[in-house]
Amino acid sequence: MTGQADGSDLEPQAETYAGLGDWTPESLGAGRVLPVVSAPNMVLSRAGTEVDPTAGETVQLAADLIATMRVSPGCVGLAAPQVGVGAQVFAVNVTGHSKAVTVHGTFVLCNARVVEATRWKAGREGCMSVPDLTGDVKRASRLVVEGALPGSGKSVRLVTDGFEARALQHEIDHCGGLLFLDRVAGAHAIYQRKVYL
Amino acid sequence: MNELAITVIGRDRPGIVADVAEVLARLGANLTDSTMTRLRGHFAMTLICVGPTAPEVEAALAPLAGDGQLLATVRAVTPDGETAPAGEPYVMAVHGADRMGIVAAMTRVLADVGGNVTDLSTRLAGTLYVVVAEVDLPPGAAEGLADRLADAAAGLGVEVTLRRAEPDLL
Repeated sequence: MTGQADGSDLEPQAETYAGLGDWTPESLGAGRVLPVVSAPNMVLSRAGTEVDPTAGETVQLAADLIATMRVSPGCVGLAAPQVGVGAQVFAVNVTGHSKAVTVHGTFVLCNARVVEATRWKAGREGCMSVPDLTGDVKRASRLVVEGALPGSGKSVRLVTDGFEARALQHEIDHCGGLLFLDRVAGAHAIYQRKVYL
Repeated sequence: MNELAITVIGRDRPGIVADVAEVLARLGANLTDSTMTRLRGHFAMTLICVGPTAPEVEAALAPLAGDGQLLATVRAVTPDGETAPAGEPYVMAVHGADRMGIVAAMTRVLADVGGNVTDLSTRLAGTLYVVVAEVDLPPGAAEGLADRLADAAAGLGVEVTLRRAEPDLL
């Protein structure tokens, strides 16, 4: 969270680490649908750079991620490296998912990091950027994440659980250049993804 | 392009995978899908590769099996055609006191409803026997299957669970 181009003080301050507040995805403006890249594309394996959440290009990227996520069936999260941009920005929306408990709706976080992770549980994950495989990955089911909202640059601290926690960890990993393949539980925890009837 | 199925089984030691992979790489064989594990301490590897002919690979692997500790087999296989749509993915777990016929009886119940086992592990640990099978079930086949499996398990004195294994796409 250091080195923000806007120079804002991002040391934890109780009053600044609120939830999403009145932020809405509509505040980003119109987004473009971008092509989603697949492994083995090196952009997926390199840590994204920190961004200035108030910069126009970051706001456009955030809007693009949401637009791309919305047209992708079953997609509950999309990170900048998945659209070929090596930046620490991702969008998430787990609304309506059967395993979701806490739901913050559609949102984008910049420069996000996990600050607390507990209650680890195994689950099988797939990824739009690894379309032919799934894998068993342990993720924290209770999670605290800090990051900045695109546009205002406001620092947020989100407390979540269940499926939203899994989605956030998956997307934060993307921003760090990691795929679920880097975290599979073992040699026999990777599976050919099936084409469902 | 030749597609070959290779099995390597024998006394485990460090370096078998590297030795086999090196032989294949030197031949220009492209190792595609493979799986390896230890079964009661024995090294067991099955792999598919494409490139050279079966006699070429057999000849190249022969020195590895020269001391009689490893057995390597090579067989040409026909590349898979179009894959049929998969069914609904489930995991069946069975555990209980070891006895004859657990795998046969439980997988027969799956087969009787058209279930296709896509992955299987069995382990004997002391007197405890464990079976974990991934199975694709045709639409609707899961209904009532858990009861049928439970009946079969009761007859064997073992426990069984059947759960959906659909991944979450992120």
